[in-house]
Amino acid sequence: MPSVTTLPARPGVGYKPQHYSEILSDAGPVGWLEIHAENYMGDGGRPLAQLRALAERFAISVHGVGLSIGGEGRLDPEHLARLKHLVGWLTPASFSEHLAWSTHDSAFLNDLLPLPYTNTTLARVVAHIDEVQDTLGRTMLLENPSSYLAFAESTWDEPDFLREIARRTGCGLLLDVNNVFVSATNLGFTPQAYIDSFALEQVGEIHLGGHDEDEDDHGAPLLIDSHGREVADPVWALLDHTLARSGPKPVLIEWDTDVPAWPVLAEEARRAEEALARLAVAA
Amino acid sequence: MSQHAFHHALLDAAQPIPEGLTDGAGRPAGRRYAVYRNNVAVSLTEALAAGFPGCAALLGEANTNRIAGRFLRQHPPASPLMIHWGAAFPAFLDGLDGLDRLPFLSDVARLELALRRAYHAADATPIAPDALLSIPEDRLGLARLRLAPSVQLVKSRWPVAEIRAFALGLGPAPTGGAQEIAVLRPDYDPEPHVLPPQGHAFLAALRANMPPGAAVTQCGPGFDPAPCLALLLGHGAITEILS
Repeated sequence: MPSVTTLPARPGVGYKPQHYSEILSDAGPVGWLEIHAENYMGDGGRPLAQLRALAERFAISVHGVGLSIGGEGRLDPEHLARLKHLVGWLTPASFSEHLAWSTHDSAFLNDLLPLPYTNTTLARVVAHIDEVQDTLGRTMLLENPSSYLAFAESTWDEPDFLREIARRTGCGLLLDVNNVFVSATNLGFTPQAYIDSFALEQVGEIHLGGHDEDEDDHGAPLLIDSHGREVADPVWALLDHTLARSGPKPVLIEWDTDVPAWPVLAEEARRAEEALARLAVAA
Repeated sequence: MSQHAFHHALLDAAQPIPEGLTDGAGRPAGRRYAVYRNNVAVSLTEALAAGFPGCAALLGEANTNRIAGRFLRQHPPASPLMIHWGAAFPAFLDGLDGLDRLPFLSDVARLELALRRAYHAADATPIAPDALLSIPEDRLGLARLRLAPSVQLVKSRWPVAEIRAFALGLGPAPTGGAQEIAVLRPDYDPEPHVLPPQGHAFLAALRANMPPGAAVTQCGPGFDPAPCLALLLGHGAITEILS
C-alpha cells in the first residue's frame, strides 16, 4: 500500500486568510498548510486565488468538515462531487475527514457529532470510506473525534474501531492528540494507553489544538475542543509520548476561533518543530 | 440510538436528553449532551452573524442571537457549504414581527447576500475599458454585453449601502432615500455602487442578454445609459461583447 500521506514530517498550521501575506513573506517553521475543504468550494474570488498561490509554495492538506462519514444516511453525492473537483485541480498532499456525522435529513448542523461504536456503525463507516476513496481515487485519512459523552450501546473501543476501519478500507488515520486528551479527561481513560493501542503505523498526520475547561453535572472536569487558544502543556507532553512511539509525523496546529496574530500561531508551530527535533536527537 | 433521536433533541432544548448516552462511568450524560446543543447553535449563529455583519450590528448581539436561533431552526443549512447559507434570511426577516424600528433590515440583508455572492463568484477577464469606443453606436445597440458573474443587483426603498456602512462604522449617518445598487468586484473585493434611476432595470436587462438598445428603450424616455456603462467598464464588469 502506498504511504498514507505525502505531507512532510514538519509543523503545519490551519490556514487563515488574515495570515496570507505573513505566510508568504516568512512562514517560519511552517512547512505545510491545511485548509477546510468547504471554504474553497466557491466558484472563484479571493479564496481560490489565495489557495492557488499558496499551493505553489506549500504542500496542502485538504481537511473536510462536511462529508458526514459517520452519518446514517448515504453520502451527499453533490458534496462528494465538489470534493472530487477540489482534490482534482489542487492535487493536495493529503485529504482527511472525521469519524463523525454532521448532516441529518439533509440539514447540515455545522458540528462534528458522535456515533456509537458497534458492528453496524463500523460497516457503515467502512462503506462510506470505500465510496469516498473510490470517488476521489486516493487514500484518505480519518480523524479521531473529541468526545463529551459515551454511548451505552458501544461494543468497540475507539482505537480498535479506527484500526479496524483502516484495516478494512486501507485508509490512513489522522491522530488528533488534543482530542485524545479531551476525550480521556471527559470519559475517564488514560490518554497514554489510548495512544499505545492506536494504529500509529497508519497515522499520516497529527493534529494539535487548544481546549477550554468546564465541568459536568457532578463537578467533574469537562474539556471542550474549542480550537481557540494555545495547546495545553499536558497535550504537548502527550505529543512527545506519541512521537516517541510513532516516529516523525506531520504535526498541525489548529486555531479556528479567536484566531491570533501570526507570530502567536508561528510560535505554536515552533513548539511542534522542537518536539520533532527532540525526536531526531533521541534517534 | 438513532441519529434521528440524537438530532431531534439537539435543536429543541425542551426535549429530554436522549437515553443511552452516558458520562463514561455509566451515569446519564446530562449537560454533556448540552455541549453538542451549544456547539450547533453557537456555530450556526456565528456563521449567520459573520455572513450578515451589518444586520448583526443593527440588531445588536442579543437580538441577533434570538433571531438567528429561530432562523437556524427554520432554515438550517441545506449543504455543508456555509459560504452559501442565508439565502432565505432576507425573506425570513420580512416575515418577523417586532422589527418596525428597522424597516430596512431585510434590504441590508439582501445587500450583504449580494456582496457575499459577488465575493465567491467565478473569476472572469474584463474587456478593455475602451473596447466599446471602437464599436459604431448602431452596432453597439444590437450587440450583447456579457457581464461578469460577480455583478449583483439590489434595489431598495432605503439608502441601504449607507445604512450598512454606518452600522459597521465605515461611513457617515445615512441620508437620502431609495437606492438602486450594483455590487461590482474589479479584483477580489466587492463594493456597492449607487446607480442612477432605472440603472437597476438597465443592468438587469443586460444581464438577461437584452441588446443595449432595447435595454435603454425599456428604461423609458430620457434614460442615459452612459453612466452605467462607464461604471461597468471602469470596474471590469463587462467580460465580452457578442455581436
